Amino acid sequence: MTDYLIEAKNLSKKFPGVLANDNVSLTLEKGEILALLGENGAGKSTLVKMIYGLYGSDGGELFIKGQKVEFHSPAEAIAKGIGMVHQHFQLVPVMTVAENIVLGAEKTKGIKFDLVAAEKEVTELSIKYGLEVDAKARIEDLPVGMQQRVEILKMLYRKADILIMDEPTAVLTPQETDELLKVMQGFAEKGVGVIFITHKLREVLAIADRVVVLRNGKVVGTTRPKDTDQEGLATMMVGRSVVLDVKKDLANPKNNVLQVKNLNVRDDRRLPAVKDLTLEVRAGEIVGIAGVEGNGQRELVQAITGLRKIDSGTVVINNEDVTKLSPHKIHELGVAHVPEDREKDGLVAAYSIADNSVLNRFDEKEFSKAGVRQIGAIRALATKLVEKFDVRTPSIDTSAGSLSGGNKQKLVIARELIWGPKLLIAAQPTRGVDVGSIEFIHNQIVAARDAGSAVLLVSAELDEVLGLADRVAVMYAGRIVAILNQKDAERNKVGRLMAGGDVN
Amino acid sequence: MLDFIKDNRKPVITLGLVTVIAYVFYFLDEIKTTSVLVFGWGYAVPLVLAAMVGIIGERTGVVNIGIEGQMLMSAFASFFGSVITGNIYIGMLIGIAAGLIMGGFLAVAAVKWEMDQIIAGVVINIVAAGLTSFFYAPGKTLPQLVPVVSIPILSDIPLIGPVFFRNGIFALATLFIVLAVNFAIFKTRWGLRSRSVGEYPSAADAAGINVTRVRMMNVTLAGALAGCAGAFLALEAAGTFARGLTAGRGFLALAIMIFGAWNPLGALAAALFFGISTAIASQLQADEVINIPQQFVNLLPFVMTLIVLSVAVGRVRPPAAAGQPYTKEG
Repeated sequence: MTDYLIEAKNLSKKFPGVLANDNVSLTLEKGEILALLGENGAGKSTLVKMIYGLYGSDGGELFIKGQKVEFHSPAEAIAKGIGMVHQHFQLVPVMTVAENIVLGAEKTKGIKFDLVAAEKEVTELSIKYGLEVDAKARIEDLPVGMQQRVEILKMLYRKADILIMDEPTAVLTPQETDELLKVMQGFAEKGVGVIFITHKLREVLAIADRVVVLRNGKVVGTTRPKDTDQEGLATMMVGRSVVLDVKKDLANPKNNVLQVKNLNVRDDRRLPAVKDLTLEVRAGEIVGIAGVEGNGQRELVQAITGLRKIDSGTVVINNEDVTKLSPHKIHELGVAHVPEDREKDGLVAAYSIADNSVLNRFDEKEFSKAGVRQIGAIRALATKLVEKFDVRTPSIDTSAGSLSGGNKQKLVIARELIWGPKLLIAAQPTRGVDVGSIEFIHNQIVAARDAGSAVLLVSAELDEVLGLADRVAVMYAGRIVAILNQKDAERNKVGRLMAGGDVN
Repeated sequence: MLDFIKDNRKPVITLGLVTVIAYVFYFLDEIKTTSVLVFGWGYAVPLVLAAMVGIIGERTGVVNIGIEGQMLMSAFASFFGSVITGNIYIGMLIGIAAGLIMGGFLAVAAVKWEMDQIIAGVVINIVAAGLTSFFYAPGKTLPQLVPVVSIPILSDIPLIGPVFFRNGIFALATLFIVLAVNFAIFKTRWGLRSRSVGEYPSAADAAGINVTRVRMMNVTLAGALAGCAGAFLALEAAGTFARGLTAGRGFLALAIMIFGAWNPLGALAAALFFGISTAIASQLQADEVINIPQQFVNLLPFVMTLIVLSVAVGRVRPPAAAGQPYTKEG
């Protein structure tokens, strides 16, 4: 027996109707960074959740540091030195950094919780690992990069020597990502074993010692970065060769479709979110908005689509002032909207695919006569959408909620594109979507552009914006800080702008 | 002490202001001011206790709309417990035990079975109203009255002494219960964990805290305070039991909880505000300063609830996970 930190043997996990993990075996050594790669639904999260005690397993054995274990809760995994940084931060927003870090492992003074000692310890710990944070700051006041530090410190406070990181770079700027990768390497040098879940191939190649690829709940291969490249990894993930770069011709922009002028919008907390923003999108071009999430992109999209009240400024679509129009009126002007949260805003989960395919056009003559729904026409449309956009479903009567993430997204995109909108607003169109579907969705967006639509793309994935957009608008703190042509939009430069820096 | 004031600025200022005003009136008319405050505090006690039940529940993520029923059941149990055993102290314990059982019922229904929390609470209210009406036996009297206890020194302070420190057991205990709940929620490990469970249960879970257990425990234990409130109403305040004795106080307590921003001291201040204004209205009525039917005076707390809630809602933020059952994945 070598000194593996983790040795998983033939782990299996069943969910109703799915075998999420099928005889998965895996090892992690001391000081190793192991990348876990796979499409959505491949079983990466399920696997690490079993290791972390969030799920029980339905078969197989798990050894931690040579000892056979069977976890029933994260508390038991934590006691064995396992720490997990979740994709959605598991932090209590209204509590302070120190309170969050010690939560569950608090020290007490008499019957009192010892906050002073906690703050001192947290500060010491953060200095020791070079992850400086203000122990007294409230989580909700911190930027995401900072919050992630708190998550990591939480694990270090519990003396974790096995660190599981679930898509830690998804919410970071390129610079923050580089910093995090360095921190992870630092941990590895100190002997900590790191399991790194990501779908960003570049990062895997940059820092992983070993890569394990999962597909449909099975391990399909193990490789080392030096033996492969991005295309090789993508092929292993998807099981067929994938074109990663978006293929498209030069844009041929025509008349202005969307004109946003001096727009000011507030967020849910009534704070200014979009500040004096001016932007134009022309027919036949894709304008991509790059920016770290939370810099006003959501509010901008909601303002344009009529979902959020505009404080001042104007939005003009095809020479018509839509500033005060309802979302439905704006839709009737030829605007399609792919919302960033398909579960909440894009689909009605309990409705069938057929009913979901007319959510935006239910009252058009074709689908509704004298207030009576034209079931035949609706079903015909749904069938067409499913076929043309490759939505994988048993039937059009299946409820939308039971589709996989990628298929839900394809259904939304299909519904929004099928009627040839003049303006497409696509927010995070490939979030949580597998590589194969990303390729498809990207091609559809380019096709819409080539058919003459104006496209406004908002994405937190910088690579997506850089790959798709003809012009890149960088958004920071509610403002467009730069608009670059695709050929000038160099990764590092855009990254610096996203973080509020200047070009030089 | 300084920290305490700093942490609780609003309630401390409100209470201080009320005290100052009360003393001004005290010098103008000693007897009336004392009687108004005694009435006001008597009115506030069950509201404060019931608001603690709501606060502990919601801080832990469980909305308790069944406080009314929990109180009613406890009032019933404490009264008839006293009558049957012939001993009011055993009756008090029976009342508190009834509160615990009702708390446990909500815990099992809303937390363990993940029933909709509102429905579980409504069920409690209906069951309590039904059972206490059905088994109600008229014409019974308490074997003895709850003795009035004076706390040495404190009860000699003019005005405050007779109002707060010369009372029956529950009314006396209420002040200390509020301080204890406040300390427990904000200064102890239990409080930190409970709040994390009420704000972001999955974060608590990830930190190794058993969300279900914390919720079960807190909701059940809070039931004991509903028991105190019920026992106070039957034994100390009314000295008897009548059908529907609680008369909506359990719901009023929820408004007080919101007005107090889910903060025990805030709820204390809010309940005093309700109690004293009702007392003042009654006094003015008795003095024939205002001449409106008694029914409208009785309506006052609920009208104030409406006004207060329309002002408070949107300004104060409830615990984020209040009302949401927590289902562990997998």
